Amino acid sequence: MLKGKAFKFGDNISTDHIVPGRLAHLRSNLPELARHVLEDADPEFASKVEPGDFVVGGSNFGLGSSREHAPLVIKMAGVSAVLVKSVARIFFRNAINRGLPVLICDTDRINDGDRLEVDMVEGRINNLTSGINIDFKPIPAFMLNILNEGGLMNYITRHGDFKV
Amino acid sequence: MDDILAKTLAEKILTNKSGGSRKTGEIAIASVDLAFVQDTTGPLTIREFKQAGFKQLANPAKTVLFLDHAAPSPNWQLSNDHIFMRQFAGETGCILSDVGEGVCHQVVAEKLARPGDIIVGADSHTVTAGGLGAFATGMGSSDIAVAFALGKTWFRVPESIMVQLSGCFQKGVYAKDLILHLIGKIGADGATYKALEFGGEGIPQLPVTDRLTIANMAIEAGAKVGLFPSDELTRLYLEECGREADYTPLSADEGANYQSSVNIDLNTLEPTLSRPHAVDNTATARELDGLEVDQVVIGTCTNGRLEDMQIAAGILQGRKRHKRTRLIVAPASPFVFQQAVKMGYIDTLISSGAMIIPPGCGPCLGLHQGALGDDEVCLSTANRNFKGRMGNPRAFIYLASPATAAATAVTGKITDPREVL
Ligand code: SF4
Repeated sequence: MLKGKAFKFGDNISTDHIVPGRLAHLRSNLPELARHVLEDADPEFASKVEPGDFVVGGSNFGLGSSREHAPLVIKMAGVSAVLVKSVARIFFRNAINRGLPVLICDTDRINDGDRLEVDMVEGRINNLTSGINIDFKPIPAFMLNILNEGGLMNYITRHGDFKV
Repeated sequence: MDDILAKTLAEKILTNKSGGSRKTGEIAIASVDLAFVQDTTGPLTIREFKQAGFKQLANPAKTVLFLDHAAPSPNWQLSNDHIFMRQFAGETGCILSDVGEGVCHQVVAEKLARPGDIIVGADSHTVTAGGLGAFATGMGSSDIAVAFALGKTWFRVPESIMVQLSGCFQKGVYAKDLILHLIGKIGADGATYKALEFGGEGIPQLPVTDRLTIANMAIEAGAKVGLFPSDELTRLYLEECGREADYTPLSADEGANYQSSVNIDLNTLEPTLSRPHAVDNTATARELDGLEVDQVVIGTCTNGRLEDMQIAAGILQGRKRHKRTRLIVAPASPFVFQQAVKMGYIDTLISSGAMIIPPGCGPCLGLHQGALGDDEVCLSTANRNFKGRMGNPRAFIYLASPATAAATAVTGKITDPREVL
Protein backbone atom coordinates (compact mmCIF):
# COMPACT_ATOMS: atom_id res chain seq x y z
CA MET A 1 0.00 0.00 0.00
CA LEU A 2 1.41 3.38 -1.02
CA LYS A 3 0.52 6.35 1.16
CA GLY A 4 1.14 10.06 0.90
CA LYS A 5 0.00 13.52 -0.08
CA ALA A 6 -1.01 14.68 -3.56
CA PHE A 7 0.93 17.39 -5.39
CA LYS A 8 -1.33 18.49 -8.19
CA PHE A 9 -0.06 19.71 -11.56
CA GLY A 10 -1.91 20.65 -14.73
CA ASP A 11 -2.01 19.21 -18.25
CA ASN A 12 1.01 18.86 -20.53
CA ILE A 13 3.76 18.82 -17.91
CA SER A 14 6.77 18.32 -20.16
CA THR A 15 10.16 16.83 -19.40
CA ASP A 16 11.44 20.42 -19.65
CA HIS A 17 9.25 21.31 -16.64
CA ILE A 18 10.66 18.31 -14.79
CA VAL A 19 14.39 18.59 -15.65
CA PRO A 20 15.10 21.45 -18.04
CA GLY A 21 17.88 21.26 -20.62
CA ARG A 22 19.66 24.21 -19.05
CA LEU A 23 20.59 21.84 -16.19
CA ALA A 24 22.16 19.25 -18.50
CA HIS A 25 25.51 19.87 -16.82
CA LEU A 26 24.09 18.32 -13.64
CA ARG A 27 23.05 15.05 -15.22
CA SER A 28 26.14 13.25 -13.97
CA ASN A 29 25.50 14.68 -10.49
CA LEU A 30 22.08 13.22 -9.77
CA PRO A 31 21.67 14.37 -6.14
CA GLU A 32 22.22 17.96 -7.27
CA LEU A 33 19.93 17.53 -10.30
CA ALA A 34 17.19 16.08 -8.09
CA ARG A 35 17.09 19.30 -6.08
CA HIS A 36 15.55 20.93 -9.15
CA VAL A 37 12.83 18.35 -9.77
CA LEU A 38 9.75 19.89 -11.43
CA GLU A 39 11.27 23.32 -10.87
CA ASP A 40 9.68 24.99 -13.89
CA ALA A 41 6.21 23.76 -12.91
CA ASP A 42 6.46 24.50 -9.16
CA PRO A 43 9.72 26.01 -7.86
CA GLU A 44 8.87 24.89 -4.31
CA PHE A 45 7.99 21.29 -5.05
CA ALA A 46 11.44 19.90 -4.23
CA SER A 47 11.44 21.48 -0.77
CA LYS A 48 7.87 20.44 0.07
CA VAL A 49 7.68 16.83 -1.17
CA GLU A 50 8.05 14.03 1.37
CA PRO A 51 8.76 10.33 0.90
CA GLY A 52 5.66 8.48 -0.21
CA ASP A 53 3.95 11.52 -1.76
CA PHE A 54 2.30 11.47 -5.18
CA VAL A 55 2.77 13.59 -8.26
CA VAL A 56 -0.71 14.08 -9.73
CA GLY A 57 -0.92 15.38 -13.29
CA GLY A 58 -3.50 15.96 -15.98
CA SER A 59 -3.32 14.74 -19.55
CA ASN A 60 -0.18 14.00 -21.58
CA PHE A 61 2.11 14.04 -18.58
CA GLY A 62 5.83 13.77 -19.38
CA LEU A 63 5.64 14.78 -23.01
CA GLY A 64 8.84 15.74 -24.77
CA SER A 65 12.33 14.46 -24.38
CA SER A 66 13.53 10.90 -23.85
CA ARG A 67 15.55 11.98 -20.80
CA GLU A 68 15.14 9.22 -18.26
CA HIS A 69 16.37 11.73 -15.71
CA ALA A 70 12.76 12.98 -15.56
CA PRO A 71 11.20 9.93 -13.82
CA LEU A 72 14.53 9.33 -12.10
CA VAL A 73 14.53 12.64 -10.21
CA ILE A 74 10.83 12.25 -9.39
CA LYS A 75 11.65 8.88 -7.87
CA MET A 76 14.69 10.29 -6.08
CA ALA A 77 12.42 12.87 -4.47
CA GLY A 78 10.67 9.96 -2.74
CA VAL A 79 7.52 10.06 -4.87
CA SER A 80 5.82 6.66 -4.70
CA ALA A 81 3.70 6.94 -7.86
CA VAL A 82 2.67 9.35 -10.60
CA LEU A 83 -1.10 9.61 -11.10
CA VAL A 84 -2.27 11.08 -14.39
CA LYS A 85 -5.15 11.20 -16.84
CA SER A 86 -2.81 10.23 -19.66
CA VAL A 87 0.92 9.87 -20.11
CA ALA A 88 3.39 10.39 -22.96
CA ARG A 89 4.84 7.16 -24.31
CA ILE A 90 8.54 7.59 -23.55
CA PHE A 91 7.97 8.96 -20.05
CA PHE A 92 5.72 5.98 -19.29
CA ARG A 93 8.30 3.48 -20.46
CA ASN A 94 11.12 5.29 -18.64
CA ALA A 95 9.18 5.50 -15.37
CA ILE A 96 8.41 1.78 -15.40
CA ASN A 97 12.05 1.08 -16.29
CA ARG A 98 12.99 3.04 -13.18
CA GLY A 99 10.49 1.19 -10.98
CA LEU A 100 8.23 4.25 -10.63
CA PRO A 101 4.53 3.35 -11.12
CA VAL A 102 2.50 5.58 -13.44
CA LEU A 103 -1.21 5.08 -12.83
CA ILE A 104 -3.80 6.27 -15.29
CA CYS A 105 -6.95 7.45 -13.59
CA ASP A 106 -9.43 10.31 -13.26
CA THR A 107 -7.24 12.86 -11.50
CA ASP A 108 -10.02 15.49 -11.51
CA ARG A 109 -11.17 13.78 -8.36
CA ILE A 110 -7.93 14.54 -6.56
CA ASN A 111 -7.13 17.98 -5.16
CA ASP A 112 -3.77 19.42 -4.24
CA GLY A 113 -2.88 18.32 -0.72
CA ASP A 114 -5.34 15.39 -0.55
CA ARG A 115 -4.10 12.38 1.38
CA LEU A 116 -4.13 9.25 -0.77
CA GLU A 117 -3.67 5.56 -0.33
CA VAL A 118 -2.93 3.42 -3.39
CA ASP A 119 -3.59 -0.30 -3.47
CA MET A 120 -1.46 -1.60 -6.34
CA VAL A 121 -2.97 -5.08 -6.16
CA GLU A 122 -6.62 -4.04 -6.14
CA GLY A 123 -6.00 -1.25 -8.65
CA ARG A 124 -7.65 1.34 -6.46
CA ILE A 125 -6.83 4.76 -5.07
CA ASN A 126 -8.54 5.77 -1.83
CA ASN A 127 -8.78 9.50 -1.46
CA LEU A 128 -8.66 9.68 2.32
CA THR A 129 -9.43 13.40 2.33
CA SER A 130 -12.61 13.22 0.25
CA GLY A 131 -13.53 9.61 0.94
CA ILE A 132 -13.78 8.87 -2.81
CA ASN A 133 -12.39 5.67 -4.35
CA ILE A 134 -10.83 5.98 -7.79
CA ASP A 135 -9.94 3.02 -10.04
CA PHE A 136 -6.85 3.09 -12.21
CA LYS A 137 -6.19 1.30 -15.47
CA PRO A 138 -4.14 -1.87 -15.09
CA ILE A 139 -0.51 -1.50 -16.20
CA PRO A 140 0.05 -3.66 -19.33
CA ALA A 141 1.28 -7.13 -18.32
CA PHE A 142 4.67 -6.88 -20.03
CA MET A 143 5.45 -3.61 -18.28
CA LEU A 144 4.08 -4.81 -14.95
CA ASN A 145 6.68 -7.61 -14.99
CA ILE A 146 9.41 -5.02 -15.42
CA LEU A 147 7.94 -2.82 -12.67
CA ASN A 148 7.61 -5.75 -10.28
CA GLU A 149 11.29 -6.57 -10.75
CA GLY A 150 12.13 -3.01 -9.68
CA GLY A 151 12.89 -1.73 -13.17
CA LEU A 152 14.44 -2.78 -16.47
CA MET A 153 18.06 -3.25 -15.43
CA ASN A 154 17.06 -5.54 -12.54
CA TYR A 155 14.72 -7.41 -14.86
CA ILE A 156 17.44 -7.95 -17.47
CA THR A 157 20.16 -8.90 -15.00
CA ARG A 158 17.79 -11.44 -13.48
CA HIS A 159 16.49 -12.98 -16.70
CA GLY A 160 19.34 -12.24 -19.11
CA ASP A 161 16.79 -11.46 -21.82
CA PHE A 162 13.19 -10.39 -22.45
CA LYS A 163 10.62 -13.05 -21.74
CA VAL A 164 7.23 -12.91 -23.40
CA MET B 1 -4.06 -9.39 -50.79
CA ASP B 2 -6.06 -10.99 -48.02
CA ASP B 3 -7.03 -8.27 -45.55
CA ILE B 4 -6.04 -10.43 -42.62
CA LEU B 5 -2.48 -10.56 -43.92
CA ALA B 6 -2.33 -6.99 -45.19
CA LYS B 7 0.05 -5.03 -43.01
CA THR B 8 0.68 -1.41 -42.14
CA LEU B 9 4.29 -0.25 -42.47
CA ALA B 10 4.71 -0.54 -38.69
CA GLU B 11 3.38 -4.11 -38.64
CA LYS B 12 5.48 -5.03 -41.64
CA ILE B 13 8.79 -3.82 -40.23
CA LEU B 14 8.16 -5.29 -36.78
CA THR B 15 7.19 -8.60 -38.39
CA ASN B 16 10.39 -8.66 -40.43
CA LYS B 17 12.54 -7.89 -37.42
CA SER B 18 10.96 -10.15 -34.85
CA GLY B 19 10.78 -13.40 -36.77
CA GLY B 20 7.04 -13.92 -36.86
CA SER B 21 3.89 -12.24 -38.05
CA ARG B 22 3.02 -9.35 -35.76
CA LYS B 23 -0.27 -7.55 -35.51
CA THR B 24 -1.35 -4.48 -33.60
CA GLY B 25 -1.36 -4.94 -29.84
CA GLU B 26 1.11 -7.82 -29.75
CA ILE B 27 4.51 -7.66 -28.09
CA ALA B 28 7.40 -7.97 -30.52
CA ILE B 29 10.97 -8.66 -29.43
CA ALA B 30 12.76 -7.06 -32.34
CA SER B 31 16.39 -7.04 -33.41
CA VAL B 32 17.89 -3.57 -33.48
CA ASP B 33 19.79 -2.37 -36.55
CA LEU B 34 21.13 0.83 -35.02
CA ALA B 35 21.25 2.10 -31.45
CA PHE B 36 22.56 5.47 -30.35
CA VAL B 37 22.78 8.00 -27.56
CA GLN B 38 23.73 11.63 -27.37
CA ASP B 39 25.72 13.57 -24.81
CA THR B 40 22.85 14.41 -22.45
CA THR B 41 21.48 10.84 -22.31
CA GLY B 42 24.65 8.85 -23.05
CA PRO B 43 26.42 9.07 -19.68
CA LEU B 44 23.42 7.57 -17.85
CA THR B 45 23.15 4.85 -20.53
CA ILE B 46 26.80 3.94 -20.10
CA ARG B 47 26.52 3.88 -16.31
CA GLU B 48 23.50 1.57 -16.50
CA PHE B 49 25.27 -0.66 -19.02
CA LYS B 50 28.31 -0.99 -16.78
CA GLN B 51 26.37 -1.39 -13.57
CA ALA B 52 24.45 -4.30 -15.04
CA GLY B 53 27.80 -5.96 -15.64
CA PHE B 54 27.77 -5.73 -19.43
CA LYS B 55 31.17 -5.46 -21.09
CA GLN B 56 30.53 -5.93 -24.79
CA LEU B 57 28.22 -4.33 -27.28
CA ALA B 58 26.02 -6.61 -29.36
CA ASN B 59 26.99 -4.68 -32.47
CA PRO B 60 29.77 -2.08 -32.08
CA ALA B 61 29.62 -1.04 -35.75
CA LYS B 62 25.93 -0.15 -35.30
CA THR B 63 26.27 1.59 -31.95
CA VAL B 64 26.91 5.31 -32.03
CA LEU B 65 27.69 7.91 -29.36
CA PHE B 66 26.93 11.45 -30.55
CA LEU B 67 28.42 14.53 -28.90
CA ASP B 68 26.05 17.09 -30.37
CA HIS B 69 23.87 18.70 -27.71
CA ALA B 70 26.71 20.53 -26.00
CA ALA B 71 28.99 20.97 -28.99
CA PRO B 72 31.42 22.48 -28.26
CA SER B 73 30.91 22.08 -24.54
CA PRO B 74 29.98 25.22 -22.57
CA ASN B 75 31.26 23.98 -19.18
CA TRP B 76 33.55 21.51 -17.43
CA GLN B 77 30.76 19.20 -16.30
CA LEU B 78 29.61 18.52 -19.85
CA SER B 79 33.25 18.33 -21.01
CA ASN B 80 33.73 15.57 -18.44
CA ASP B 81 30.65 13.78 -19.78
CA HIS B 82 32.27 13.98 -23.22
CA ILE B 83 35.49 12.46 -21.86
CA PHE B 84 33.46 9.65 -20.27
CA MET B 85 31.73 8.92 -23.57
CA ARG B 86 34.95 9.01 -25.60
CA GLN B 87 36.47 6.52 -23.15
CA PHE B 88 33.52 4.18 -23.56
CA ALA B 89 33.86 4.38 -27.34
CA GLY B 90 37.54 3.48 -26.96
CA GLU B 91 36.75 0.53 -24.69
CA THR B 92 33.96 -0.95 -26.79
CA GLY B 93 34.91 -0.05 -30.35
CA CYS B 94 31.63 1.67 -31.14
CA ILE B 95 31.34 4.72 -33.38
CA LEU B 96 32.00 8.13 -31.85
CA SER B 97 30.54 11.16 -33.60
CA ASP B 98 32.48 13.87 -31.85
CA VAL B 99 31.82 17.55 -31.21
CA GLY B 100 31.29 19.38 -34.49
CA GLU B 101 30.28 16.30 -36.45
CA GLY B 102 26.61 17.19 -36.49
CA VAL B 103 23.20 16.63 -34.88
CA CYS B 104 22.57 12.93 -34.32
CA HIS B 105 19.38 12.69 -36.40
CA GLN B 106 20.91 14.44 -39.39
CA VAL B 107 23.98 12.21 -39.30
CA VAL B 108 21.79 9.12 -38.93
CA ALA B 109 19.84 10.19 -42.03
CA GLU B 110 22.94 10.97 -44.07
CA LYS B 111 25.07 7.99 -43.13
CA LEU B 112 23.24 5.22 -41.33
CA ALA B 113 19.47 4.79 -41.59
CA ARG B 114 18.08 2.31 -44.11
CA PRO B 115 14.47 1.65 -45.11
CA GLY B 116 13.04 -1.14 -42.95
CA ASP B 117 15.61 -0.75 -40.17
CA ILE B 118 14.74 -0.74 -36.49
CA ILE B 119 16.51 2.26 -34.98
CA VAL B 120 16.42 3.16 -31.30
CA GLY B 121 18.01 6.25 -29.84
CA ALA B 122 18.12 7.88 -26.44
CA ASP B 123 16.62 10.99 -27.95
CA SER B 124 12.94 11.55 -28.64
CA HIS B 125 13.54 12.86 -32.17
CA THR B 126 14.97 9.53 -33.27
CA VAL B 127 11.66 9.34 -35.17
CA THR B 128 13.33 11.52 -37.84
CA ALA B 129 14.65 8.45 -39.68
CA GLY B 130 11.03 7.44 -40.34
CA GLY B 131 11.41 9.81 -43.28
CA LEU B 132 13.57 7.10 -44.85
CA GLY B 133 11.16 4.29 -43.98
CA ALA B 134 12.95 3.17 -40.82
CA PHE B 135 10.99 2.17 -37.72
CA ALA B 136 12.89 4.65 -35.59
CA THR B 137 11.90 5.68 -32.11
CA GLY B 138 13.19 7.36 -28.97
CA MET B 139 13.67 5.61 -25.65
CA GLY B 140 15.35 6.31 -22.35
CA SER B 141 18.83 5.45 -21.18
CA SER B 142 17.98 2.05 -19.61
CA ASP B 143 16.24 0.82 -22.75
CA ILE B 144 19.18 1.86 -24.88
CA ALA B 145 21.67 0.28 -22.46
CA VAL B 146 19.83 -3.02 -22.99
CA ALA B 147 19.71 -2.50 -26.77
CA PHE B 148 23.46 -1.83 -26.71
CA ALA B 149 24.08 -5.07 -24.81
CA LEU B 150 21.55 -7.46 -26.34
CA GLY B 151 20.99 -5.99 -29.80
CA LYS B 152 17.25 -6.16 -29.31
CA THR B 153 14.36 -4.45 -27.61
CA TRP B 154 10.65 -4.90 -27.06
CA PHE B 155 7.75 -3.10 -28.68
CA ARG B 156 4.03 -3.29 -28.47
CA VAL B 157 2.99 -3.20 -32.12
CA PRO B 158 1.26 0.16 -32.46
CA GLU B 159 -2.03 1.02 -34.10
CA SER B 160 -1.46 3.22 -37.14
CA ILE B 161 -3.07 6.47 -38.21
CA MET B 162 -2.95 7.12 -41.95
CA VAL B 163 -2.19 10.72 -42.92
CA GLN B 164 -3.35 11.01 -46.50
CA LEU B 165 -1.66 13.84 -48.40
CA SER B 166 -3.06 15.29 -51.60
CA GLY B 167 -2.36 18.35 -53.74
CA CYS B 168 0.88 20.33 -53.64
CA PHE B 169 2.34 23.16 -51.58
CA GLN B 170 1.57 26.72 -52.61
CA LYS B 171 4.40 29.24 -52.81
CA GLY B 172 5.83 30.06 -49.37
CA VAL B 173 4.42 26.90 -47.77
CA TYR B 174 6.68 24.02 -46.75
CA ALA B 175 6.86 20.66 -45.02
CA LYS B 176 7.24 22.42 -41.67
CA ASP B 177 3.92 24.17 -42.15
CA LEU B 178 2.32 20.83 -42.92
CA ILE B 179 3.53 19.11 -39.78
CA LEU B 180 2.71 22.10 -37.54
CA HIS B 181 -0.75 22.19 -39.08
CA LEU B 182 -1.20 18.44 -38.49
CA ILE B 183 -0.13 18.69 -34.84
CA GLY B 184 -2.46 21.67 -34.33
CA LYS B 185 -5.24 19.60 -35.83
CA ILE B 186 -4.80 16.32 -33.91
CA GLY B 187 -3.20 17.76 -30.76
CA ALA B 188 0.02 17.15 -28.84
CA ASP B 189 -1.34 13.77 -27.74
CA GLY B 190 -3.35 13.08 -30.89
CA ALA B 191 -1.15 10.13 -31.86
CA THR B 192 0.12 9.04 -28.46
CA TYR B 193 1.55 5.59 -28.67
CA LYS B 194 0.48 5.21 -32.32
CA ALA B 195 2.35 5.09 -35.60
CA LEU B 196 1.70 8.04 -37.89
CA GLU B 197 1.97 6.67 -41.43
CA PHE B 198 2.03 9.06 -44.37
CA GLY B 199 0.54 8.16 -47.73
CA GLY B 200 -1.46 9.45 -50.66
CA GLU B 201 -0.73 11.12 -53.96
CA GLY B 202 1.24 13.91 -52.25
CA ILE B 203 4.06 11.53 -51.32
CA PRO B 204 5.89 11.34 -54.68
CA GLN B 205 6.28 15.13 -54.54
CA LEU B 206 7.86 15.19 -51.13
CA PRO B 207 11.65 14.89 -51.24
CA VAL B 208 13.26 12.98 -48.39
CA THR B 209 14.47 16.19 -46.73
CA ASP B 210 10.81 17.22 -46.34
CA ARG B 211 9.91 13.77 -45.08
CA LEU B 212 12.64 14.03 -42.45
CA THR B 213 11.21 17.35 -41.22
CA ILE B 214 7.75 15.83 -40.97
CA ALA B 215 8.82 12.55 -39.36
CA ASN B 216 11.02 14.51 -36.92
CA MET B 217 7.94 16.10 -35.37
CA ALA B 218 5.76 12.97 -35.18
CA ILE B 219 6.76 12.79 -31.52
CA GLU B 220 5.19 16.23 -30.97
CA ALA B 221 1.83 14.55 -31.57
CA GLY B 222 2.90 11.80 -29.17
CA ALA B 223 3.56 9.24 -31.92
CA LYS B 224 5.89 6.32 -31.50
CA VAL B 225 7.02 6.56 -35.11
CA GLY B 226 6.35 8.75 -38.14
CA LEU B 227 6.70 6.50 -41.18
CA PHE B 228 7.05 7.22 -44.86
CA PRO B 229 7.18 4.57 -47.59
CA SER B 230 10.53 4.07 -49.29
CA ASP B 231 10.35 4.92 -52.98
CA GLU B 232 12.28 6.40 -55.89
CA LEU B 233 12.90 9.63 -53.95
CA THR B 234 14.34 7.58 -51.10
CA ARG B 235 16.68 5.91 -53.57
CA LEU B 236 17.75 9.29 -54.93
CA TYR B 237 18.47 10.62 -51.44
CA LEU B 238 20.53 7.58 -50.51
CA GLU B 239 22.40 7.90 -53.79
CA GLU B 240 23.21 11.54 -53.01
CA CYS B 241 24.51 10.36 -49.64
CA GLY B 242 26.74 7.85 -51.45
CA ARG B 243 24.91 4.76 -50.25
CA GLU B 244 22.49 3.70 -52.93
CA ALA B 245 23.09 0.07 -51.94
CA ASP B 246 21.13 0.74 -48.74
CA TYR B 247 17.94 1.30 -50.72
CA THR B 248 15.03 -1.12 -50.61
CA PRO B 249 11.51 -0.20 -51.66
CA LEU B 250 8.98 -0.51 -48.87
CA SER B 251 5.33 0.33 -48.50
CA ALA B 252 2.27 -0.63 -46.51
CA ASP B 253 0.09 -3.36 -47.99
CA GLU B 254 -3.05 -2.47 -49.79
CA GLY B 255 -5.98 -3.11 -47.46
CA ALA B 256 -3.93 -2.70 -44.29
CA ASN B 257 -5.94 -1.79 -41.24
CA TYR B 258 -5.63 1.78 -39.98
CA GLN B 259 -7.21 2.91 -36.76
CA SER B 260 -8.17 6.23 -38.31
CA SER B 261 -7.15 8.55 -41.10
CA VAL B 262 -6.56 12.26 -41.55
CA ASN B 263 -6.72 13.95 -44.94
CA ILE B 264 -4.63 17.00 -45.71
CA ASP B 265 -4.86 18.93 -48.95
CA LEU B 266 -1.47 20.61 -49.32
CA ASN B 267 -3.01 23.31 -51.51
CA THR B 268 -4.97 24.67 -48.58
CA LEU B 269 -2.05 25.03 -46.16
CA GLU B 270 -0.69 28.39 -45.09
CA PRO B 271 2.55 29.37 -43.35
CA THR B 272 1.89 28.11 -39.83
CA LEU B 273 3.49 28.67 -36.42
CA SER B 274 3.31 27.16 -32.95
CA ARG B 275 2.79 29.69 -30.19
CA PRO B 276 4.17 29.47 -26.64
CA HIS B 277 4.28 27.08 -24.77
CA ALA B 278 2.82 24.17 -26.75
CA VAL B 279 3.50 22.79 -30.21
CA ASP B 280 -0.21 22.22 -30.87
CA ASN B 281 -1.00 25.86 -30.07
CA THR B 282 -0.85 26.76 -33.75
CA ALA B 283 -1.81 29.86 -35.73
CA THR B 284 -1.12 31.09 -39.25
CA ALA B 285 1.60 33.65 -39.94
CA ARG B 286 -1.13 36.05 -41.06
CA GLU B 287 -2.82 35.82 -37.67
CA LEU B 288 0.42 36.57 -35.83
CA ASP B 289 1.71 39.17 -38.26
CA GLY B 290 3.53 42.06 -36.59
CA LEU B 291 4.54 40.41 -33.32
CA GLU B 292 8.05 41.63 -32.41
CA VAL B 293 10.83 39.07 -32.22
CA ASP B 294 14.21 39.36 -30.43
CA GLN B 295 15.92 36.29 -31.83
CA VAL B 296 15.51 34.07 -34.87
CA VAL B 297 17.11 30.61 -34.99
CA ILE B 298 17.47 28.63 -38.20
CA GLY B 299 18.79 25.11 -37.72
CA THR B 300 18.24 21.98 -35.55
CA CYS B 301 17.36 18.43 -36.54
CA THR B 302 14.03 19.70 -37.86
CA ASN B 303 15.23 22.38 -40.28
CA GLY B 304 19.00 22.58 -40.39
CA ARG B 305 19.43 20.95 -43.80
CA LEU B 306 20.85 22.33 -47.02
CA GLU B 307 17.39 23.05 -48.46
CA ASP B 308 16.61 25.09 -45.34
CA MET B 309 19.80 27.13 -45.75
CA GLN B 310 18.85 27.65 -49.39
CA ILE B 311 15.36 28.89 -48.54
CA ALA B 312 16.68 31.24 -45.85
CA ALA B 313 19.45 32.56 -48.10
CA GLY B 314 16.94 33.07 -50.91
CA ILE B 315 14.91 35.41 -48.73
CA LEU B 316 17.86 37.14 -47.05
CA GLN B 317 19.73 37.72 -50.32
CA GLY B 318 20.36 41.47 -50.61
CA ARG B 319 18.52 42.15 -47.35
CA LYS B 320 19.64 42.79 -43.78
CA ARG B 321 18.28 41.41 -40.56
CA HIS B 322 16.30 43.93 -38.55
CA LYS B 323 18.57 45.61 -36.00
CA ARG B 324 16.35 44.48 -33.13
CA THR B 325 16.54 40.84 -34.14
CA ARG B 326 19.51 38.53 -33.65
CA LEU B 327 19.82 35.85 -36.30
CA ILE B 328 21.51 32.55 -35.43
CA VAL B 329 22.09 29.90 -38.09
CA ALA B 330 23.24 26.36 -37.23
CA PRO B 331 23.77 23.90 -40.08
CA ALA B 332 22.80 20.44 -38.82
CA SER B 333 25.93 18.67 -40.07
CA PRO B 334 29.38 19.46 -41.46
CA PHE B 335 28.15 18.11 -44.80
CA VAL B 336 25.30 20.62 -44.81
CA PHE B 337 27.70 23.38 -43.69
CA GLN B 338 30.22 22.63 -46.41
CA GLN B 339 27.60 22.41 -49.15
CA ALA B 340 26.04 25.66 -47.93
CA VAL B 341 29.44 27.33 -48.15
CA LYS B 342 30.00 25.99 -51.67
CA MET B 343 26.59 27.15 -52.80
CA GLY B 344 27.19 30.62 -51.39
CA TYR B 345 24.29 30.45 -48.91
CA ILE B 346 26.55 31.03 -45.92
CA ASP B 347 28.06 34.12 -47.54
CA THR B 348 24.57 35.48 -48.16
CA LEU B 349 23.49 34.73 -44.60
CA ILE B 350 26.56 36.40 -43.08
CA SER B 351 26.09 39.45 -45.31
CA SER B 352 22.52 39.73 -44.03
CA GLY B 353 23.77 39.88 -40.44
CA ALA B 354 23.47 36.22 -39.40
CA MET B 355 25.93 34.57 -37.04
CA ILE B 356 26.81 31.02 -37.99
CA ILE B 357 27.38 28.57 -35.15
CA PRO B 358 28.92 25.08 -35.35
CA PRO B 359 26.96 22.04 -36.52
CA GLY B 360 25.08 20.74 -33.49
CA CYS B 361 21.91 21.34 -31.52
CA GLY B 362 22.85 24.97 -30.87
CA PRO B 363 20.32 26.91 -28.78
CA CYS B 364 17.52 24.35 -29.26
CA LEU B 365 17.48 22.92 -25.75
CA GLY B 366 18.69 25.89 -23.76
CA LEU B 367 22.18 24.69 -22.98
CA HIS B 368 24.18 27.47 -24.60
CA GLN B 369 24.64 29.58 -27.73
CA GLY B 370 21.49 31.65 -27.64
CA ALA B 371 19.72 31.19 -24.30
CA LEU B 372 16.90 33.72 -24.01
CA GLY B 373 16.53 36.60 -21.56
CA ASP B 374 13.42 37.38 -19.53
CA ASP B 375 10.35 38.15 -21.66
CA GLU B 376 12.31 37.70 -24.87
CA VAL B 377 10.57 36.30 -27.91
CA CYS B 378 12.30 33.81 -30.16
CA LEU B 379 11.18 32.39 -33.48
CA SER B 380 12.91 29.10 -34.14
CA THR B 381 12.80 26.42 -36.80
CA ALA B 382 13.12 23.78 -34.07
CA ASN B 383 10.45 21.34 -32.98
CA ARG B 384 9.69 22.30 -29.38
CA ASN B 385 8.57 25.48 -27.66
CA PHE B 386 7.93 24.22 -24.16
CA LYS B 387 8.28 26.59 -21.26
CA GLY B 388 11.95 26.79 -20.34
CA ARG B 389 13.07 25.02 -23.48
CA MET B 390 15.59 27.63 -24.59
CA GLY B 391 17.12 28.18 -21.20
CA ASN B 392 14.56 30.44 -19.57
CA PRO B 393 11.01 29.70 -18.37
CA ARG B 394 10.26 33.44 -18.65
CA ALA B 395 10.87 33.54 -22.41
CA PHE B 396 8.53 32.84 -25.32
CA ILE B 397 9.23 30.54 -28.28
CA TYR B 398 7.43 30.39 -31.62
CA LEU B 399 8.12 27.61 -34.12
CA ALA B 400 7.99 28.06 -37.89
CA SER B 401 9.53 27.17 -41.25
CA PRO B 402 12.91 28.53 -42.38
CA ALA B 403 11.06 30.83 -44.80
CA THR B 404 8.93 32.35 -42.06
CA ALA B 405 12.05 32.59 -39.89
CA ALA B 406 14.03 34.43 -42.58
CA ALA B 407 11.17 36.79 -43.39
CA THR B 408 10.79 37.53 -39.68
CA ALA B 409 14.52 38.24 -39.32
CA VAL B 410 14.20 40.87 -42.06
CA THR B 411 11.27 42.76 -40.57
CA GLY B 412 11.92 42.04 -36.87
CA LYS B 413 8.30 40.96 -36.53
CA ILE B 414 6.50 37.74 -37.36
CA THR B 415 6.02 37.93 -41.10
CA ASP B 416 4.26 35.74 -43.63
CA PRO B 417 7.07 34.74 -46.03
CA ARG B 418 4.76 35.27 -49.00
CA GLU B 419 5.11 39.00 -48.36
CA VAL B 420 8.83 38.92 -49.14
CA LEU B 421 9.10 36.11 -51.68
S1 SF4 C 1 18.41 19.89 -32.46
FE1 SF4 C 1 17.07 20.13 -30.69
S2 SF4 C 1 15.43 18.65 -30.95
FE2 SF4 C 1 17.09 18.08 -32.36
S3 SF4 C 1 18.31 16.57 -31.24
FE3 SF4 C 1 19.21 18.58 -30.84
S4 SF4 C 1 18.23 19.33 -28.95
FE4 SF4 C 1 17.00 17.63 -29.74
